[in-house]
Amino acid sequence: MTSSTKAFAQGAWDTLPLIVAAAPFGMVFGALAIGAGLTPAQALGISLIVFAGSAQFIAATLIGAGAWFPAIIATVFVVNLRHLLYATNLMPQVQHVAQRWRVPMAFWLTDETFATVSNRLKRDPDLPHFRSYYLGSAVAMYLLWQVNTLVGIWAGAQIPDIANWGLDVAMVVAFVGIVVPMLVDRATLACAMTAGIAMLLTYDWPNQIGLFASALIAIAVGVIVRERPS
Amino acid sequence: MSIELLILGMMLVTFIPRYLPFALAGRIQLPARVKSALDFVPIAVLTAIIVQVTLVRNGSVELSLSNFHLPAVLSAAAVAHFTRHLFGAIGVGLMVYAALRIFMGG
Repeated sequence: MTSSTKAFAQGAWDTLPLIVAAAPFGMVFGALAIGAGLTPAQALGISLIVFAGSAQFIAATLIGAGAWFPAIIATVFVVNLRHLLYATNLMPQVQHVAQRWRVPMAFWLTDETFATVSNRLKRDPDLPHFRSYYLGSAVAMYLLWQVNTLVGIWAGAQIPDIANWGLDVAMVVAFVGIVVPMLVDRATLACAMTAGIAMLLTYDWPNQIGLFASALIAIAVGVIVRERPS
Repeated sequence: MSIELLILGMMLVTFIPRYLPFALAGRIQLPARVKSALDFVPIAVLTAIIVQVTLVRNGSVELSLSNFHLPAVLSAAAVAHFTRHLFGAIGVGLMVYAALRIFMGG
């Protein structure tokens, strides 16, 4: 195996816990989409060409509720704004990657791949074969997301209330496993606490804009605490 | 507007915020202060998602142990803190959640 193949496999392997944790989400999306009246081809189409995790089932819910289509597009945009922060965070590594690779890498950017890659970069800032590692993580996530969507499309017809099983718990415990080891000093702790408190104060803002606002406030608090001499 | 156009629109508004910073990487230099702020992105965004999914249930904040997501998340956090093991944190969190649902109902 060449070393870039090895990095690709390593990226896929490191993402596995998060892929397992995200699996119920793909299934719930498939089930919700069918419940909302989409055809199986349309439901799978959304997973194939939009590929946006939580935004997908917010969209499915809104389609089911008969929302105005431009409003659905605006909601998806706001829910996905966090990717702007992820992509900006990765700019120092991406600047060494050829432009033609940046298109698929951007298309495949998800919470799961970002969490895995940034977790790796924390331990290994000069990660060799960054592109291969990233693509391994992303391709594994993408392929399994399609499989899970198909399972959900099938299950949605069999088990109509699968969306209410609390399957989202898998994703949160996985994110907890990533974030907790990152809390190493006062600044990182202050950032996390601010994100949590701000989220509780803004959760009822429309279109999930509270999530994006909370993240920005938490980042600012992290910077302020870090720069203040203790 | 047809479903196909809707899906295309969703693709565009999802792709653009993902791609824009990647396209600009190497062409613009971020100020040092912005770079240090970006270090906090994973903690800030992932924590906000964790808190929202865990505590906001059915449209309101449920800060009690009868919200089974909360004990699951707390036990996963304890495992992650003491062992730094991702699979362990997920496994224990899921087991706590499953046990509560099976034995405490809900």
